[in-house]
Amino acid sequence: MGDLARARWYGRLSLALLLAPALLWLGALVILPHVELATLSFRQRVGPHQYVASLAQYRTFFTESLYWHVFVRTALMSVVSTALTLVLAFPVAWVIAKIARGRAGSLLFILCLIPFWVSETVRTLGWMILLRESGVLPALLVKLGITDVPVEMLYHDATILIGLIYTSMLFMVIPLISALESLDNALIEAAYDLGAGGFAVLRTIVIPHAAPGITAGCIIVFMLTLGNYLTPTLLGGKNSQWFTEQIYTQFITRFNWEQGAAFGFLLLGLSTTLVVAGLKLAGQSFGDVMRRT
Amino acid sequence: MTADLNCDGVSKRFGSHVAVDALSFTVERGSFFSILGPSGCGKTTLLRMIAGFIEPDAGDIVIGGGSMRGVAPNRRPVNMVFQQLALFPMMSVGDNVAFGLARRGVARAERTRRADAMLERVGLGGAAHKRVDEMSGGQRQRVAIARSLVLEPTLLLLDEPLGALDLKLREHMKIELKQLQAAFGTTFVYITHDQSEALVLSDHVGVMNHGRFEQLGTPQDLYYRPQTPFVAGFVGANNRIVGRAARSEGGVVEIATSDGWVIHARGAGTIAADGAVEGFVRPEVASLGRSAEELPAGQPRHAGRVQSVLFDGANSAVLLQESRTRREFRIALPQTGQFSDLKPGEPVFFSFDPERAVCFPARPGAEGRDG
Repeated sequence: MGDLARARWYGRLSLALLLAPALLWLGALVILPHVELATLSFRQRVGPHQYVASLAQYRTFFTESLYWHVFVRTALMSVVSTALTLVLAFPVAWVIAKIARGRAGSLLFILCLIPFWVSETVRTLGWMILLRESGVLPALLVKLGITDVPVEMLYHDATILIGLIYTSMLFMVIPLISALESLDNALIEAAYDLGAGGFAVLRTIVIPHAAPGITAGCIIVFMLTLGNYLTPTLLGGKNSQWFTEQIYTQFITRFNWEQGAAFGFLLLGLSTTLVVAGLKLAGQSFGDVMRRT
Repeated sequence: MTADLNCDGVSKRFGSHVAVDALSFTVERGSFFSILGPSGCGKTTLLRMIAGFIEPDAGDIVIGGGSMRGVAPNRRPVNMVFQQLALFPMMSVGDNVAFGLARRGVARAERTRRADAMLERVGLGGAAHKRVDEMSGGQRQRVAIARSLVLEPTLLLLDEPLGALDLKLREHMKIELKQLQAAFGTTFVYITHDQSEALVLSDHVGVMNHGRFEQLGTPQDLYYRPQTPFVAGFVGANNRIVGRAARSEGGVVEIATSDGWVIHARGAGTIAADGAVEGFVRPEVASLGRSAEELPAGQPRHAGRVQSVLFDGANSAVLLQESRTRREFRIALPQTGQFSDLKPGEPVFFSFDPERAVCFPARPGAEGRDG
């Protein structure tokens, strides 16, 4: 073996070793379970240990209106939650990236980050302590004379949205900050100088510049929200009707793995469809968005 | 003459630092006015106050006859060409130029027509559909100017727009800017730290230092009749000689340096007997000769030795050491080629007309610093 061939061989070996953990992770934890779930979802149990290939699981989804309803509701709530997160995160990111300078900016960013040192469960329980009928906020409202009796603030759609937005805020703020930081202030001044008002600057300069960051943030937040289980369940209770709950029920309560697997794939299909539709709508390409954030 | 810009006692301080100090001046309609100064002299602050990005602490800025107090930048009849140009990368060249028109509510067809016509005038006809990053440095410059001029502003502010260009393009754009200004007749206010840009381009120049104008005049005034030592030192090359006013006769001061060299220069301002003075002699004012007899008659003669020959085509010069004091003295070489074979170490003689050299009372702390 020549020196060159040997060097090339070592090069390949080190590349393979470097890629090995990622490939292992991808194969063992992503591809393998999905193949298994796919086979599960396309079979039907006809007797003990007897299965036939069928589309029955998917048929059930379309014929049973409850599943349908929960599916559409989850999608809509996730879209609304993502949009609200964007609206709330944008000013925060703007202040951190453009207005607060140096230490103040870092401090504000740390303030955004600190809640995430606590687990999601604990944070959600915090909301429950604040919002439940015997909680802090209803008691305060009574004390201030706004309501006569304590109001139950949990188990509403609005409560679920609050929880979801709170949970996903950081994942919107980070890509927005990096998108806005790269915006040259001179561009804003130039637009202003050429006669643009605040809204026109936002519409013609800031948003087009930040579009990849906005899209990236929306994709991340939308996926996290759609696949969230804990927050809708705890804050929405029985009323939450989140699709991940249906999957959980099928797998754990009903022990109907075939149905659960089918639901899982439907959710994957839903998120893929909506993300692709969102990218088309924003005129962005996925590769571009991921590269620029 | 009508004034397009009138600054009246404009001041701005940042904390304890006075950036612009009670500045008053007038810029006539259709003229090219430059503000020349070293970095940190307050010229950018002044420009940003005229544009409206900074509110003055005191004084008033009047543009086209209207006071700009409390008027936002997007409502001023002023447009600015930014240092890094600040073209919008998310838009085509045509959309960049049409941006201001769109903000004024001009209909799409009309603004496309006007943007195209403006691009045509700056020599970029047919470039409207191009992307900004497809344009060269000089072309971007023209897009930035077109984007502002299409709005027909009373004043066009230019914030060192040539600073980012390489030397060759900068020389070219200098000429182009002057021609554009002449063609459009718009009043230009230009800030720069490059004295050559200011001299070549401007009708009037304000030389700024520490938030004030040291001198305001035509480029010729600044060059031939500097009124302060700062202007003499900052505008154009100059030999600076610090000493004491030994004698004064008929307006000509005899300057004696601490190490015993004596030169003569026209006195400017009140020069006290035996007071500290700064003298300035331009390199092209001095004559050079291989023997004392070659020098013009009637001028005080000095001897020196060639230290180095600085060949730069038409701007070639020779750096001498005065024989007795070894002080450096720079003399421009004539274009005749007479001294093309000058060698370092060669003894030479030089002289200059005292009337064409100038001396000022020394600034505080200026003594001993030669340059």
